[in-house]
Amino acid sequence: MVDAVVIPLLKIVIVLVATLTAVSYMVLLERKVIAWTQARLGPMRVGPHGILQPIADALKLMIKEDITPARADRWVFTLAPILAMVPALIVYAVIPFGPAVEVFGRPVTLYITDINVGLLYVVSVTSVGVYGIILAGYASNSKYPMLASLRASAQLISYEVAVTLTLVSVVLVAGTLSLVGIVEAQREAHVWYLFAQPVAFALIVIGGLAETNRAPFDMPEAEQELTGGFHTEYSGMRFALFFLAEYANMIVVSSVATTLFLGGYLRPFPNVAAFGVLDIVPSWMWFLLKSFAFLYFFIWIRATLPRYRYDQLMRLGWKVLIPIAIANLVVTAIVRVLLVARVGADG
Amino acid sequence: MGEVVGFYVLATLILVFAGLVITARNTTHSVLFLMMDFLSVAALYVLLGAEFVAVIQILVYAGGIVVLYLFVVMLVNLKRPPESYRDPRRQGKLGVVLAAAVLVEMVAVAGYSRVAPAPVAAAVSPVVGNTEEVGWLLYTQYLIPFELASMLLLVAMVGAILLSKREL
Amino acid sequence: METPAVHHGAMFDTDELVINMGPQHPSTHGVLRVVLRLDGETVVDADVVIGYLHRGIEKLSENRSYTQVILLTDRMDYVAAATNNVGYCETVEKLMGIEVPRRARYMRTLVCELQRIASHCLWLGTHAMDAGAMTVFLYAFRERELILDLFEEYCGARLTYNSMRIGGLPQEIPPGWDRKVREFCTIMDGKLVEYEELLTHNRIWRERTKGIGVIDGAAAMAIGLSGPSLRGSGVPRDLRRDEPYAAYDEMDFDVPIGLAGDTYDRYLVRMEEFRQSLRIIRQAIDGMPEGPIVGRVPRLIKPPAGETYHAIESPKGELGFFIVSDGRSMSPYRVRVRPPSFCNLQALPQLIKGHLIADVVVLIGSIDIVLGEVDR
Repeated sequence: MVDAVVIPLLKIVIVLVATLTAVSYMVLLERKVIAWTQARLGPMRVGPHGILQPIADALKLMIKEDITPARADRWVFTLAPILAMVPALIVYAVIPFGPAVEVFGRPVTLYITDINVGLLYVVSVTSVGVYGIILAGYASNSKYPMLASLRASAQLISYEVAVTLTLVSVVLVAGTLSLVGIVEAQREAHVWYLFAQPVAFALIVIGGLAETNRAPFDMPEAEQELTGGFHTEYSGMRFALFFLAEYANMIVVSSVATTLFLGGYLRPFPNVAAFGVLDIVPSWMWFLLKSFAFLYFFIWIRATLPRYRYDQLMRLGWKVLIPIAIANLVVTAIVRVLLVARVGADG
Repeated sequence: MGEVVGFYVLATLILVFAGLVITARNTTHSVLFLMMDFLSVAALYVLLGAEFVAVIQILVYAGGIVVLYLFVVMLVNLKRPPESYRDPRRQGKLGVVLAAAVLVEMVAVAGYSRVAPAPVAAAVSPVVGNTEEVGWLLYTQYLIPFELASMLLLVAMVGAILLSKREL
Repeated sequence: METPAVHHGAMFDTDELVINMGPQHPSTHGVLRVVLRLDGETVVDADVVIGYLHRGIEKLSENRSYTQVILLTDRMDYVAAATNNVGYCETVEKLMGIEVPRRARYMRTLVCELQRIASHCLWLGTHAMDAGAMTVFLYAFRERELILDLFEEYCGARLTYNSMRIGGLPQEIPPGWDRKVREFCTIMDGKLVEYEELLTHNRIWRERTKGIGVIDGAAAMAIGLSGPSLRGSGVPRDLRRDEPYAAYDEMDFDVPIGLAGDTYDRYLVRMEEFRQSLRIIRQAIDGMPEGPIVGRVPRLIKPPAGETYHAIESPKGELGFFIVSDGRSMSPYRVRVRPPSFCNLQALPQLIKGHLIADVVVLIGSIDIVLGEVDR
C-alpha cells in the first residue's frame, strides 16, 4: 500500500511543487542574468536582491482582471493555457532526477516512474503542448495571435521532425528508450553521450531552442513583430500559465538533454574511484547542476542573439537540421552495426 | 475487472468524441474532438499493454496530424455556411455509400479474425519488451507491407511537393 | 520577389489579411501606423498613416518670436534636439546676415556631432531591438546616457536642450567640459567595437538585414531619401561636406557610402558615421578657438522682409528650414520645415513590398524615423 500509492503520490507532489517553484524562480533567474549581461541590476526591490520577486509577480497576476475578448471562442480560449501547461508538467513523470536511494530505510527511486518507452513518452507529450499555442492564437479571434499560431504550428512540427530523428541516433547508441536506461548506459560506456554523439547534441540544443520558442527562434511571440504573439489577448492568470509553461518546457528540454548527453544524475567520472570524493554531492544535485548549466546557456543565448526570420527558421530546419539529423542517424547505425559485428566476431 | 471497466469507459469516450467530431458546427472544435478521440484511443492501447503503440499514437496522430488539420482549418476560411457551395443531398448520398463500405469492411475483418484468429504472441520473437517486439515483427513478418507503406508515403510526399510548388 | 495576390484561388478560399501595425505597436517607433495587406506573411501592400503626433509646430511658430521658436524646434526630432536648434538658428542668421563667431561655430559642430552619436545610439538600439537583439539596445542607451550627461552639464536639459541662440550660444562652455568630451570619445571607441561584435559579424543579423529593402541610388534620389539612408544606396551626398555650415569646412572627415542599398549597408554607413563623428568631435575640441560666443545680434530680432532656405545634415538626413519674414512683425510670417524623417518615410511602402512582417519592423528601424519630426 505504502509502496504502491503513498510514495508515488508523495513523489508527484514533491516534483510538482519543486517544478513550479523552479519555474517561477527561472523567471527571476532569467531577468537577473539578462540584467547582468546588459549592465543592469534586474529586480532589486522585493526582498534582498529581488529574491521574492516571483511571489510578487504571482500575486500581481492573480489579482489582475482576467479578460476574455468579446468575440473569442470562450471554451477554447480557456482551454488553451491549460493545454499548454499540462503537457509541460506531466513530462516530469519520467525524468530521472537520481537513482534509487534509501530514505528512512526504504528504497525510493528518485523518479516518478521509469517506463520502457520513456524517451518516446517525452517526445509525444511535448508534441501535444503545441496545441496550447495554436488554440490560443485561434481562439483569441485576433490577427496577431493568429499569425503567431500559424508560425508556431509550422515551426514546432518542423523542428519536431529534426529533434525526433536526432533522438533516434541517441537511442541507437544506448540501445534503450528508458531514460534511466540511457543514463546507466552512459555509466557502462564510460562516456557521456555528448562526446559519443556531438552532432546529435548540437542538433538537440538548436532544436530545443526552437521547440521551446526561445530566442533566436521565438517567432511565435516575437514582441517586436507580433506584439507578444499568441498570448497578446491573454491577461492575468491565464497569461501566467503560458508564461510558466514556456519556462517549464525549458526545464524539460534541459533535463532531457542532461539525461541524454551529460550523464544525467551521474557524477563526473562515475567509474573512476579516485574521484569518489565527488560523491559528497548527492546524485540529484549533479542532475540539477547540469540542468542549470543548460538553462543558463538558454538565457545567455537570448541575451546575445538577434531573432531569426520565420522563413530562415524554416529553411534552417528543413534544409540544414533534418539532413544532418538523417546523416547522423545513418552514420550511427552503420557504426553500431559494424561494432556489433566486430564484438560478435571476437566473442 | 478493472480492465473491463476501463475498456468500457474508454470505449464510451471514444464513441462520444467520434460523434462530436462529425456533429460539431465549428470546424476547429471538430478537430479538437478528434484530438481527444485519438488520446482516448491511446489510453486504450495502454490498457492493452501496448505502450509503444500508445505513445506513437499520441506522437503521430494527436501531436502531428491533427496539428496539420488545425493548420489547414485556420488557413482556409471556413466561416461560410456549407450550403452555399455544396449540394447537401449529394453529400448525403456519398455519406451513405462510404458508411456502407466501412460497415462491410468491418464485418469482413471481424469475420476473418473469427475464422483465422491471429497468433496471440509472435511465436518466434527472440526479444523481450514491447518496442523490441514491434520492431522485430515489422522487419521480419511484416517487412513487405512495411516497405510498401514507406513507398506509399514517399509517393505521397513527392505528390504534395508537386502540388504546392507549381513552378519548380 | 513576385508573389501573386491569391494563389490556388479555386482550391482554397484564401483572403488577404489586413493588419494594422500601430499606432500602438512596440516597434513602430512612436505612433506610426502602417496598414499592411498580407498574403500569408508576405506584405503585398503597405499604407503609411501619419499625423498622430501632429502639434502644429510650423503654425505655432507664426505666433512666437524668433527666439521662442528655438524651443519649438526641440520638439521635432527630440532625439537630436540640438541639431534642430542649430538648423533653425543658422537659417535665421542667414536671413538676417548675422556673422557667427568662430568659437560658436566650432561649438555648434561639436554639439551637432555629439547629437549625431546620441541619435545613432538610439537608432542602433531600437533597430537591433526590433530584430530581437535586446542587449545592444541597453548598451547603446548606456552610451547615449553619457552624452545626455554632457548636454545636461552644458545646458541643463537632457532631452529638449534649447541649446542655441540666434547669433551664437546661450552660454560659455563649462570648465572641464572639454576633458569630459574627450573621455567620452575614448569610451565610445571601445563601445563601438562591442556593438560590432554583437551585430556586424553576427550571422543572424547579417541574414536579417542583407538584401532587405534594397533601393538603388537613382530610386532613392527620386523618392527624396537623404542622410545615411541615401548614402547606404551609394549616393555620396552629405551636406556637411557639400554645403558646409557651422565649422564643417574646417573639419577633416570621410563620408561613408554603401554599395548594395540594403538594410545592412545602411547599418554599416551609420556605424561608420559613429567613428567619423568621433573624429570630428576630437578635431573640434582640439581646435576650439578662443573668442566671443555670440556675434553682433540686434537686441530686437526682426529680420528684413524676405525668405530663405537653409539645410543642414541632421543625423537622419537633410533638415531644411524655409523661413519667410514680412519685415514688420516680431515673429516669422511662415516657417516650413523639410524634415528628413518625413521624406525618408515616403520610401517605406516601396521598401516593404514583397518582404515579410518581420522585415517591416527592421525596415522601419533602418530608415531611422522619429515621429515627432514626421508629424511636427
